[in-house]
Amino acid sequence: MRQTWDFHGGIHPPENKTQSTQQSIRKAGIPQYLYLPLSQHIGQPAAPVVAIGQQVKKGDMIAEAVGPVSVPVHAPTSGTVIAIEDHQVPHPSGLTDSCIVIETDGLDEWKECIPCENYEELEPAEILERVRQAGIAGLGGAGFPTAIKLHPPRNDKVNSLILNAAECEPYITADDMLMRERAHEVIGGLEIMAFILQPEECLIGIEDNKPEAVAALREAAKDTQIEIVVIPTKYPSGGEKQLIKILTGLEVPNGHIPADIGVMCQNVGTSAAVYRAIRHGEPLVSRITTVTGEAVEQPANFETLLGTPLSFLLNQAGFNAAKASRVLMGGPMMGFALTSTDIPVVKTTNCLLAATQKEFPEPPPEQPCIRCGMCAEACPAELLPQQLFWFAKAQEFEKAEMHNLFDCIECGACSYVCPSSIPLVQYYRYSKSQIRIARLDQEKSDKARERFEFRQTRLQREQEEKEAKRKARAEAAAKAQAARAAEAQAAEDPKKAAVAEAVKRAQAKRQQQAAPEVDLAELESNVQKAKDKLTKVEASLQQAEAEQSDMAEKLRNAVAKNRDRLAFAEQALADARKQSSDTSTTASSASLPAQDSEQLQRSIKRQEDKIATLQNAINDTRNSDPDRANQLQPTLDKSLARLAELKAALGATAPDTPEEQAGPDLEQLQSQVDKAKDKLAMMQGMLEEAQAEDPVDDAKVSKLTRAVEKNHERLAAAEKSLKNAKQQAQQIPGQAKSSPEELEALRNNIDKARDKLVMMQGMLEEAQAESPTDESKIAKLTRAVEKNQERLKAAETAYQNAGGESVDIVN
Amino acid sequence: MALLQITSPHLRGTNRTASVMQWVLLATLPGFVALIWFFGWGVLINVAWAVLLAIGAEATVLRLRKRPVMFYLSDYSALVTAVLLGLALPPFTPWWVTAVGVLFAIVISKQLYGGLGSNPFNPAMVGYALLLVSFPVEMTTHWATPSTLAVQPDFLQTLTYIFTGGGVNIDGVTMATPLDTYKHQVDILTREELTQLPVFGQHVALGWEWVNLGFLAGGLALLWRKIITWHIPVSMLLSLTACSLIIGWDPDQYTPVSIHLLSGATMLGAFFIATDPVTAATSRLGKLYYGAGIGILVYIIRTWGGYPDAVAFAVLLMNFAAPFLDHYTKPRTYGHRKAHRGIKKAD
Repeated sequence: MRQTWDFHGGIHPPENKTQSTQQSIRKAGIPQYLYLPLSQHIGQPAAPVVAIGQQVKKGDMIAEAVGPVSVPVHAPTSGTVIAIEDHQVPHPSGLTDSCIVIETDGLDEWKECIPCENYEELEPAEILERVRQAGIAGLGGAGFPTAIKLHPPRNDKVNSLILNAAECEPYITADDMLMRERAHEVIGGLEIMAFILQPEECLIGIEDNKPEAVAALREAAKDTQIEIVVIPTKYPSGGEKQLIKILTGLEVPNGHIPADIGVMCQNVGTSAAVYRAIRHGEPLVSRITTVTGEAVEQPANFETLLGTPLSFLLNQAGFNAAKASRVLMGGPMMGFALTSTDIPVVKTTNCLLAATQKEFPEPPPEQPCIRCGMCAEACPAELLPQQLFWFAKAQEFEKAEMHNLFDCIECGACSYVCPSSIPLVQYYRYSKSQIRIARLDQEKSDKARERFEFRQTRLQREQEEKEAKRKARAEAAAKAQAARAAEAQAAEDPKKAAVAEAVKRAQAKRQQQAAPEVDLAELESNVQKAKDKLTKVEASLQQAEAEQSDMAEKLRNAVAKNRDRLAFAEQALADARKQSSDTSTTASSASLPAQDSEQLQRSIKRQEDKIATLQNAINDTRNSDPDRANQLQPTLDKSLARLAELKAALGATAPDTPEEQAGPDLEQLQSQVDKAKDKLAMMQGMLEEAQAEDPVDDAKVSKLTRAVEKNHERLAAAEKSLKNAKQQAQQIPGQAKSSPEELEALRNNIDKARDKLVMMQGMLEEAQAESPTDESKIAKLTRAVEKNQERLKAAETAYQNAGGESVDIVN
Repeated sequence: MALLQITSPHLRGTNRTASVMQWVLLATLPGFVALIWFFGWGVLINVAWAVLLAIGAEATVLRLRKRPVMFYLSDYSALVTAVLLGLALPPFTPWWVTAVGVLFAIVISKQLYGGLGSNPFNPAMVGYALLLVSFPVEMTTHWATPSTLAVQPDFLQTLTYIFTGGGVNIDGVTMATPLDTYKHQVDILTREELTQLPVFGQHVALGWEWVNLGFLAGGLALLWRKIITWHIPVSMLLSLTACSLIIGWDPDQYTPVSIHLLSGATMLGAFFIATDPVTAATSRLGKLYYGAGIGILVYIIRTWGGYPDAVAFAVLLMNFAAPFLDHYTKPRTYGHRKAHRGIKKAD
């Protein structure tokens, strides 16, 4: 005799098993319609592989497994798929789920099954795959895919393979009858599973209230190593954990599965299904279901096709609906009451219990808990149910968790013994669901917090990156942007145009002294653009006035502004013309460019007009229709590129600036004067604008006023140095080159300082426009601009001094 | 077909609170009868009077609390409280003393805490302790002389005395209890001299030994019916025995173990009072500590305290400790390496 252990607690409810063991297993027959839920197992629901109207034979796969934890569904008989739709499924809440509906043809025609005489010829992996393809999921109640269970994680070695034949719940006899009548299938399935797992021992745990089944198993297993262990009848000895304790003395550690301690439990029904699947190649299409209770006239076990409506099955046993007060799926301890009998038998349906009022009277009202401790004496998990009840009632879920609420297997032993008729299991289910909800909420809020924190860091990082990029870009942008966007925007924004031009001139100069014509052309185009824009704005204004729109006032301002801008542009052009005529007299060769260059200039102008139009179009559409603006952007970019090409070509065709007489110096100085003038004009424009737009912003106005004053000074200085240089050039036309290197260096310094200043100013403006609230940044940039202004001044002074000295030396 | 929606389990045992309480009442009968036999009709009158008061008080408070009166009355818990208190009272207790005790037990210590199941202290013992400290003379010196030593007043005489205070010369029919006698005489007399005193009779303590054996029998019946578990009575009796064997080994100085076990309210306390599930510790280990604590306290108070018996105070003191014990004596749940102790969160 094998040693057995006892588990704590347990109860001995009336068994009520004999009612349904009077007859041998009956065939339930073929109902007209079968409803096959896609999810009869734990895991991913199967996916249908049949079309509506398709003919199927018995055993045809009608839905395939999706993912590893899933099993397929097969047609339980031959017929036609007539629908794939939601239908009520076995669930305590009466939920509906996707079902394949088959209209049966009554022929029960099998598909061709491939039998296997000797499974030992197969690879274990092949057997597992066949088990999976046969759609076998634990028939004991949980419905876990058997192929997965037979392949324990981390390849844990299974020492004890246990067949759970305890069937401890009252009323249920499906396993009992299966073992009595088909013991060879049960044993055969166990042998196949043992072949896969190669355990050290194979045990069948069976309660001592099934002597016929014990005898049948003994007979079928007499030539095998299988040990049949008869255990005392006590509910819930058929609980997996309890059976393991009884047979091995081991406990499944909290949070682990039996395979972790080298034990595996399989249900006898599952074992028989595995046998049929491997030996006969038959998929799981039917199971044995007990139909019992006082509301059926002939309680019995039925071999039932999966998908059979319960009402059909109940009627086979002589169901008396008038007498029934509760119909349960499963046993009286852990089964659930059905909301309707219009639901199908599934792989886990081991019992239908149609009970009368007398059999299961309504529970008496709950009385106060007197902490009698009978529940603790009955609890197979060795919990303190009375304490858990107090915590559940007081909603102290944390304490309930500390009392191992989640080790409750909801066997119902505590409720059974409770003298106060407290529905304890309901309290535990409630607590568990509340804790789960709280955990989900916690998870959600954790995620939200993480998201928020991540967003904060991301924003910060982006801000930093933006900062760094802006710094990096500023250098490139001062060049590239000037070459590109500034020009295009020149018409609408003389400020930016001036900045860009200044930068561009500086660059062009660094390569070679640019021809004044370019400036001239630019200025002309600026004038043209300004005119265009003005016309456009005026047109808009007229329209707005005609419509008496609110926009009119704004547009009126815009028109005034654009008129100013046009005036500036014209002024600048006039100045430039005057200068260019001046310079052309001094450097006549520069004004003799080839006709090519004239042509190019015209092209450039056209291109610039085009760019201006595009730019305006983009600006106009940007607010109303961002998509359109985005579409236009590539065209603009292309035009800008073309313009740049043309300009490069123009630069190439323009003859090298002659290095004669005081040419470079004078021109340089002249351009400085020009620039100073431009800048002054720009500053004045800005000042006016600021005064008009924002009369209250005294700080800005005063700053700009100062800037204007400074620029006045600079202009004066530039003009003065130009005058000096001209005088020098006239006095010593041939000797101006006496110290060109020195002067060149100093001038480069000035250029560099100026470029930098311009860049800084550009950045400052950008910052002011983009983020007017970021005061620290603006202040920083303002300081930087001022510093650069000082540096520029210093450079200029140095240059002047150098020039003066050189003059002195010459003199 | 109207299908009833009830979640599992659908099967219920036949156990009911009322039947638990009825069994407790039934189990008091042997000791009850012995008490009446040795100490007269006063015991019966006390119990009956206490029961009447308890039911009236319970019903009144339930009505005031707007609770279904019959639903709660039919759990028999008020009856149990009244019977246990009535059994503990001296046979010639004036009616108003009983009334004060019962009303305090039912109204204050049970219903005002929320009724059955919510009271932290054993109501019968709260009532008894109140009477003990308020009316020490009536409660300790007026214990009836055993019927084998003197002729007890008949039923009517006793009834008259209890409700009017007349008709009986109380000094003629009362004497100190064996526990009281031994405690106070042991300084003067030797053990041999003490055991010669009539109050100790031929065996241990005249009358009391039978009363205690009666309650022991009732207690065993409760154990057999699984109304109570063995933990509290056994640990209480064992700790009391151990204390009286170790500390009180010398019967010339201390009350011997036989008198501790078979005199006073020892067996009533061990099987009927300490096992009140509402106020006791609930885990098995907790019950062992709880019972042992009561046994030790009973010995300490009996030996060095101001009262001859001590079950009431010992039980009430351990009632305080019950929640604490429960926190530290949780059972090891299946699959857990060790039991979770205390109120701190598990790792």
